[in-house]
Amino acid sequence: MAPREAIRDTGREAEIHRGRVLTASVIVLLALSVLFYRYYGLQIDNYQQFLTQSERNRVRLEALPPTRGLIFDRNGQLLASNEPSQLLAVVVERADDLSILLDRIESLIGLDAEERARFQERRRRSRPYDAVPLKLRLSDEETAVIGVHRHTLPGATIEAQLTRAYPHGDLLSHVLGYVGRINQQETLRIAEDRYRGTFHIGKVGLEKYYEDVLLGRVGNQNIEANAHGRVLRVLDQEAPFPGKDLKLHLDLELQRVAAAALGEQRGAVVALDPRNGGVLALVSKPGFDGNLFVNGISAKAYSELRDSPDTPLLNRAIQGQYPPGSTVKPMLALAGLELGLITPETTVKDPGWYQIPGDSRRYRDWILRIRGTGHAPEVDMRMAIAESCDVYYYDLARNLGIDRLSEGLAPYGFGQVTGIDITSEQRGILPSRAWKREKLDQPWYPGETLSVGIGQGYMLATPLQLAQAAMVVANRGFAYSPTLVSRVDGEARVSPRREQVVASPAHWSAVIAAMMDVVHNPAGTASAIGKDLAYTIAGKTGTSQVIGIAQDAVYDEENINARHRNHGWFMAFAPVDSPRIAIAVLAENGGGSSAAYPVARAVMDAWLTRDQDG
Amino acid sequence: MAEYDRYLTEDSRGDFKHRNSVLNALHLDGWLLALLVALVTYGFFVLFSASDGSQAALIRQARNFAIATVAMLVASQIRLDTYYRWAPLFYVAALLLLVAVPLFGVGAKGAQRWLSLGVIRFQPSELMKLAMPLMVASWFSRQGIPPRPRSLLGALMIIALPAGLIVIQPDLGTSLLVAASGLFVVFMAGVSWWYIAGAATLFLMSAWPAWLFVLKDYQKQRILTLLDPESDKLGAGWNIIQSKTAIGSGGWSGKGWLSGTQSHLDFLPESQTDFIIAVLAEELGLRGVVLLLIIYALIIWRGFAISVRAQTGFGRLLASSITLTFFVYVFVNMGMVAGILPVVGVPLPLVSAGGTSIVTLMLGFGVLMAVSAEKRVIRQ
Repeated sequence: MAPREAIRDTGREAEIHRGRVLTASVIVLLALSVLFYRYYGLQIDNYQQFLTQSERNRVRLEALPPTRGLIFDRNGQLLASNEPSQLLAVVVERADDLSILLDRIESLIGLDAEERARFQERRRRSRPYDAVPLKLRLSDEETAVIGVHRHTLPGATIEAQLTRAYPHGDLLSHVLGYVGRINQQETLRIAEDRYRGTFHIGKVGLEKYYEDVLLGRVGNQNIEANAHGRVLRVLDQEAPFPGKDLKLHLDLELQRVAAAALGEQRGAVVALDPRNGGVLALVSKPGFDGNLFVNGISAKAYSELRDSPDTPLLNRAIQGQYPPGSTVKPMLALAGLELGLITPETTVKDPGWYQIPGDSRRYRDWILRIRGTGHAPEVDMRMAIAESCDVYYYDLARNLGIDRLSEGLAPYGFGQVTGIDITSEQRGILPSRAWKREKLDQPWYPGETLSVGIGQGYMLATPLQLAQAAMVVANRGFAYSPTLVSRVDGEARVSPRREQVVASPAHWSAVIAAMMDVVHNPAGTASAIGKDLAYTIAGKTGTSQVIGIAQDAVYDEENINARHRNHGWFMAFAPVDSPRIAIAVLAENGGGSSAAYPVARAVMDAWLTRDQDG
Repeated sequence: MAEYDRYLTEDSRGDFKHRNSVLNALHLDGWLLALLVALVTYGFFVLFSASDGSQAALIRQARNFAIATVAMLVASQIRLDTYYRWAPLFYVAALLLLVAVPLFGVGAKGAQRWLSLGVIRFQPSELMKLAMPLMVASWFSRQGIPPRPRSLLGALMIIALPAGLIVIQPDLGTSLLVAASGLFVVFMAGVSWWYIAGAATLFLMSAWPAWLFVLKDYQKQRILTLLDPESDKLGAGWNIIQSKTAIGSGGWSGKGWLSGTQSHLDFLPESQTDFIIAVLAEELGLRGVVLLLIIYALIIWRGFAISVRAQTGFGRLLASSITLTFFVYVFVNMGMVAGILPVVGVPLPLVSAGGTSIVTLMLGFGVLMAVSAEKRVIRQ
């Protein structure tokens, strides 16, 4: 070693070292104090804050959506069910790169702009680590494809859910309506916590009307999840309350018969039980498949439905408004009898047309075109109903005047909603002086009264309203609000009895006898369905014009545009002595009532000749 | 080595007692050994929980400690003058390995830090953590204490060379720690306070240019994240937010051993390695942290005590700088997990899972033991 080392002062070296160790010890103590101070700050001063944070990390409140109530027909046939299905959801926080993930999913199973937009909307409302639904109701193939590529799709999860299903497709579309995904306006309207975990809401039909009942009550559970969003255990749970089941008056078989009888004919059939107002069948053709709407109908399919000239989305039974035509005649006859303007024996001369004294205009009878003359030289009330004589009712209408005419029809429910338990019902029009003043700001002209006298002119009615009118006649004056649902979760839903029309029994009998002639008398306008009947029918045909026919012009069925052809009506009830069914059939552009009454016969046959129930 | 013996201090001669002949025979310091056993035992309990009761993790850790204990025993048997003589060679070898890293090394996460020797992969920078204090201590022992400017300059070059090589791997954190282990020797050697003050001033003045020109983006990111972890909740800030949450939610008495939700539900990253203190803090609370701090403080105290009683300047420098380095690991790890220091890859000494750091640390304690055994060796 170097000689210099020999002169080292080892004592001084040790002294310097001791000094430095002392300094270092102080620094170490200070530094350890800093650590203590820091841990003290985290663990004591901010303990509550961090404890809350760690609990929030660990525990998630999850909604347990209730199962939607089921809908059954009167015999317990399932009409609306909940089917298990798979949905693809994304835990955004677990995705490496959300846009790459979405692109990848798109390349695997397809994803349209709408689904992306809905996802972003739902994401906005979700909480961290929620699984945000991206694509609802995956097909088995899509589920398999996602499953296979799962490892390349961090953040994506497949979850099971129950989806609304309508096993009978378009047969019941206008009765049940459908549920669809909750949209933005609905988000604002609904109580958000009732819909936590629920993505669907009733949009139309029973699904909408009974939304509150069908929905049920949401349950909650606190779950412990790890950082990857995996649920480890359920900490506590409050079970959801399932929605209530609905039982309908409707008979699935009768509905099938009615739909089949109508066939391809656009139109509607409404059959009511006159003893309680229950809707036995309600058909509107064409229909649509409600299943299409449940998880978002494609824009293309929707525009096809919306823009179709056949308007399949229109529920003709309750929203279609048509001139009732001659079907109003028995009701006007009853009004005339009650007011003493006519007796069953009163006759009117029928040359085939009618003129108001002092007016040159001729009001034509429909028979004129066929026979070139009237029904008979003298027509009485019975014949006027059975053969649907217009001239008789032009005269009666003129004698009644618009005020009494309007008052006579009002108790049957024209111009008002029936109160049926589906939404968007239309009220039709019962014209009156006040109505015309209010709507058109015009005075009432006497000639217009004559049009209303044969159910034309301003008058409009829905098939449901006519079925209700048939019920009133069947019950000789009283009725029940038409109702689809008979039981909500087993509890009876009773429709109140309403006194509608007050008239003497003799007058009722006279009018009903005349309505029986419509079917049972060979001269009756619906005598074609009068053969081989096992029961009695009282009914009334109707034909209503779609376009006005110029005076003296001839209605030429062959050469007229199909959509300008006349509507055919038939309203009836049976059996006459103890009515068990009241029905209205509309054949839109059917040409005449002959397109309607066979349908009614088929439905009544099905209902009255079966063993049970009828 | 006759010259070496001459530097023994007079007062240290009477210190020796036949108190514990077995420990003496093995060249072991009883106090230090007891404290290490306490620390390692404590650490095993924490690791058991951090690994979700994984037997494999415990066995792996036990194996690491077995190797490390053997390494420590071997290191403690070696005479101090042997270290003194071999220090330069050891240093040069470690330096060459560092040079080899960019040439033959294997990379991970954008940095080349590893050398692969068939089945074993190791970081030469870990070797340097031990070689550095040995070299600088032997340098000053040769050059004289307190250091004169010329030997100081030499020491700074000895320090700067490997630190520079590690920086370019790049591994700034390790580089700073390696440099620190050398600078501690400089400090312990009694470098003038004026120099220290001057260096501190220079360091502060260079901070701004370093930020602009030297630091890489990910390094800046770590510092920025430290200042405001909320700015990047799910990215770089995630670790810090979760570790602070784990620590804070432990409170005074903790959630109970094996009951930490942050760690067991995977919210806490690296819970077996660098962030294991958060598991301890969450489950055992502040009192568990204080107990750990006390054990560490006692180990540091014992290390200093050994250094003060060392017979030679070399031993004093070596023991005190190894002790200080140990302390720095504790401080940096506990500080970074608690969010007061940037996140660098420093494990919690002798608690975190991981072989290399345990072996290096135990080797260091072996050297400490050798220092404490020095006087007895001389007697015998």
